[in-house]
Amino acid sequence: MSKLRPQSEYEKTAAFHFFRWLSGSKDPYLGEVEMQPQKETETPVATILDRMDERQMIRDKIYDVDKNRMLKFFNKIYVASAILFCIVLVGLLLYTVSYLPRTGNPSNPDNNIVSERYIENGLQETGALNIVAGMILTYRAFDTFGETNVLFIATCCVMVLLMIDDAILKKIEAHSGDRRFEPKNDVILQGTAFILCPIIFIFGIYIILNGHLSPGGGFSGGAILGAGLILYTSAFGFRKTQRFFDEHVYKIAKITALCMYGIIGSYFYITGANGIENHIPLGLPGRILSGGIILPIDICVGLEVACTMYAFYALFRRGGL
Amino acid sequence: MELVQNFPAVSILLCLFAGIISSGLKKKAARWINTALILAEIVLNACTLGYLLETGESYVYVMGKFPAPWGNEIRAGVLEALTALFFCVIMLLSLEGGRKKLADEVEEGKTYLYYVLADLLLSSLLALVYTNDLFTAYVFVEINTIAACGLIMIRQNGRTIEAAARYMIMSLLGSGLLLMGICMLYDLTGHLLMSNIKEQVEILYASGEYKIPLLVTIALISVGLSIKSALFPFHAWLPDAYGYSTVSSAAILSSLVSKGYIFLLIKIIYRVIGFPIFYNSRIIDMLFIFGLMGMVFGSLSAIKENDVRRMIAFSSVAQIGYIYMGIGMGTQAGMSASIFHVLSHAATKSLLFIAAIGLTDVSDGSRKFRHLTGAAYRNKWAGAAFTVGALSMVGVPLFSGFISKLLFAQAAVQNEIKMLPALIVLGISTILNAIYFMKTVIRIYTPVGGNRYDTVTFKDMKSYVAMLICFIALNVILGVSSQPVTDLIEQGLAMFS
Repeated sequence: MSKLRPQSEYEKTAAFHFFRWLSGSKDPYLGEVEMQPQKETETPVATILDRMDERQMIRDKIYDVDKNRMLKFFNKIYVASAILFCIVLVGLLLYTVSYLPRTGNPSNPDNNIVSERYIENGLQETGALNIVAGMILTYRAFDTFGETNVLFIATCCVMVLLMIDDAILKKIEAHSGDRRFEPKNDVILQGTAFILCPIIFIFGIYIILNGHLSPGGGFSGGAILGAGLILYTSAFGFRKTQRFFDEHVYKIAKITALCMYGIIGSYFYITGANGIENHIPLGLPGRILSGGIILPIDICVGLEVACTMYAFYALFRRGGL
Repeated sequence: MELVQNFPAVSILLCLFAGIISSGLKKKAARWINTALILAEIVLNACTLGYLLETGESYVYVMGKFPAPWGNEIRAGVLEALTALFFCVIMLLSLEGGRKKLADEVEEGKTYLYYVLADLLLSSLLALVYTNDLFTAYVFVEINTIAACGLIMIRQNGRTIEAAARYMIMSLLGSGLLLMGICMLYDLTGHLLMSNIKEQVEILYASGEYKIPLLVTIALISVGLSIKSALFPFHAWLPDAYGYSTVSSAAILSSLVSKGYIFLLIKIIYRVIGFPIFYNSRIIDMLFIFGLMGMVFGSLSAIKENDVRRMIAFSSVAQIGYIYMGIGMGTQAGMSASIFHVLSHAATKSLLFIAAIGLTDVSDGSRKFRHLTGAAYRNKWAGAAFTVGALSMVGVPLFSGFISKLLFAQAAVQNEIKMLPALIVLGISTILNAIYFMKTVIRIYTPVGGNRYDTVTFKDMKSYVAMLICFIALNVILGVSSQPVTDLIEQGLAMFS
């Protein structure tokens, strides 16, 4: 009810919507958002009974404990000896640990020239304020390349195990959609994700880009990015995510990241080994563009880790990206 | 630094690149990249071997600009280059020999993943062979384990999934023990690079400090690696993993994956712990005893088996037992016999797996002995190849298995205490080998009336036959002209210390 504007114009303003919502005369979500209750998958009782019978039959046949005294005896011995073995192993290892050098003692063998150089010359040689990043990405860059490949091959294995053929996937989703086991359009989740996702993405990128300056780096930043993607997907569904991140983009991102890492790494290893000066500027420590190969490698690792995290989620939930 | 010296590092990186790029390609392209990659690896490693023989000394290659002990290093010697070359050859033959079966047994859309896994597996094997750094070794052990799991379960049926789960549990247990060992070693010495650890371990051993942790470390590393390479009491994962996976995987797993770990153990014995210290630790006697037990019990299980693939798998347990017996002998001769057997067993076991698949294919895919009767007449090439493999495993002269048994016996004679048990068990095991292998050979050559199954001819399987001939040639070369190979092994072992 406005005195300044005509009714039809007033109905378009935010104030009108707000007061209408306040008075409860209209539910804004009614008819707009589909709220479906979660449907439980039902297995017919007969099937369950059949399965139980089958299991029992097989069990009876193989492990007829009542008639097979030896088996009973063996089972007991087996469990007992397993427990005994574990206890002995734990005891042995604890006993050994008591003989190891005490932590924090300055005369320990691991306080030697290796860590000394990492700490004292790390800044000049790698250009990174974060000594750990300097150590894993410059001094021991080859190990970290291997470690990144562990993630890559883990995704390949999960694909081998869980990937469903595209045609079958489409057929399954044709009649149940991509959210078979979850409610549609959860408003609270969507609202939260709407606010949180950008922040999470920016935070992840920040951690990746500052890997050489502050705690963090490619692995942790990539994990945060991946978590953001997972949150987005679980709020808005796969179809919305696929608009910017489908299998094609995933493959390009993953392969580019790993290849870039490989090329930068190979250049670094081979020039270093042959005593050729590499033309990677170290920059001024503390600046964002510093640290030699650390920053580009961190970006590659971050991309790869984010892709891996998201791929795991998508493969486990849906069987495809 | 000369160009050739870059080749070991390049070969590892090339495999990783090939794997990464293949993950975005279709099946055909991935396959060609894989074949081209292995051929390139063979050339690279052969060049490295030639260079090393020419100069006569090993060299270390710094990965990056920081020298050891700060950066990563790899090391190339004659033994490393020889093993790497041999691994690449076996990999090529196994993949090509099982190619047709692979197309049948693996889903169309997932075949490219098989080649990705194979590329990365090769990279990890090469890295395990060439590494000079314990942590690098551990990283590539991880890649190796995961890739092997993938290779087992890519043929999707219930048994392979179970086998892969079992393999993963046992293998991760082994990795865990190895990691614990590496951590303790780092705690005691403060280094991860092999040569630096060896210096520190020698000082520690001389001073008598940290005696118990050092002993436990040696035990943890030995047990960890022997679980991963299926030494006798830890072999429960093996028969299913080799018996039900697709045939290329079975050949690769039995002849390369377990051998990679054995090579790493030998490298650790020589280059990390030091042979005298390892010898004095008495862990070596345990390896010897378990090796002997494996030789007998592996063969006994193989005799009981009614499934030809599982029988060959159990025979692997026995052969791994031979290798550990050689290591456990504690002499230079025993060690070189073991390394020779690593090569000879790799060549023979993959031949047997590939030949067995030819035989089962002409018997309606059944692996039961009952159905295999007369299979050698239906597929003549596979029958002949299986016979060669069986004769080699039993140890008939002219084939590689004979030379390794001869070397084991010679090595046993040099060791006073271990001579008697080693020779007796060697004899018993040879007889048991003969029982189950000859039983199979007689079975496949028993004529059977009627044409129940189809017969295949040379025209149907040209590349398969070519691979079988390559395998047989490899076996005969190792068996007839073994002297150059054993010389190379001795030279390589001398370079280790």
